[in-house]
Amino acid sequence: MDFRPHIGRVSPPLTLDVERGHIRRFVEAIGDPDPVYRDEAAARAAGHPAIPAPPTFATCLRPNDVREGLDVDWSKILHGEMEFVYQRPLFAGDRLTLVQKLADVYEKQGKSGAMDFLVLETVARDQAGALVYTARSVVVVKK
Amino acid sequence: MTARVVKVGDHFQLEKAPISKLQLVKYSGASGDFNPIHTDDEFAKSSGYPGVFAHGMLSMAFVGELLSKTFGAAHTTRLHVRFKSITWPGDVVTCHAEVTSVDGDHAALKVWAATAKGITVEGTASVRLA
Repeated sequence: MDFRPHIGRVSPPLTLDVERGHIRRFVEAIGDPDPVYRDEAAARAAGHPAIPAPPTFATCLRPNDVREGLDVDWSKILHGEMEFVYQRPLFAGDRLTLVQKLADVYEKQGKSGAMDFLVLETVARDQAGALVYTARSVVVVKK
Repeated sequence: MTARVVKVGDHFQLEKAPISKLQLVKYSGASGDFNPIHTDDEFAKSSGYPGVFAHGMLSMAFVGELLSKTFGAAHTTRLHVRFKSITWPGDVVTCHAEVTSVDGDHAALKVWAATAKGITVEGTASVRLA
């Protein structure tokens, strides 16, 4: 399908809480032993106001998917790039509102034929409306 | 916390335990990425792969762990990677970070992760030193 007419499309906002149990499950999955992610006292002793989230934890906070309703063949999708830009650290107890945007679409020729590149940009704001982080993902769709 | 003193060229690394299939199930659950290509061997085979393989985001998370271990949790302000190759159950991933510039309380780094077979992710990061 031609994704280009959908550039600029945004998903409905979704409000999510950063939960300490979720952070714990994430660090257990990746095998990060740091006690600051498990124990509030350890987090405070290390100078944090609450249990911090690891740098890629934002991937666990899934916005409504801007690709919803588009004709995407999920078996032909690969993750090309990922970027997180934090305006401030993320902590357990944060409540964020996420909106995902189809920021760009471009086509490139790969070894196995033409591929679409979709740039998905997720913006997370706190309840005062301040930007907390931006997550930019490039997904590759084989045609 | 006192500021961490680093200079251009400083290199840090972290070798992770071999990736296991159980870890992929745990990572799927924690991250919410339930693409069965990472957890269901039959599905992976029917998609043309020899079996399940790891989420690229798992290698990126390992790089994040190296940055947090080196500079402190919540000190990473930016992390960008390109996914270069697939990692498989049993693979040992080693993460690397090298300081490319220092500007006051911030440092920029080149980061990458590799198995014995080559680079899996590579990119750049920014961290706070204080």
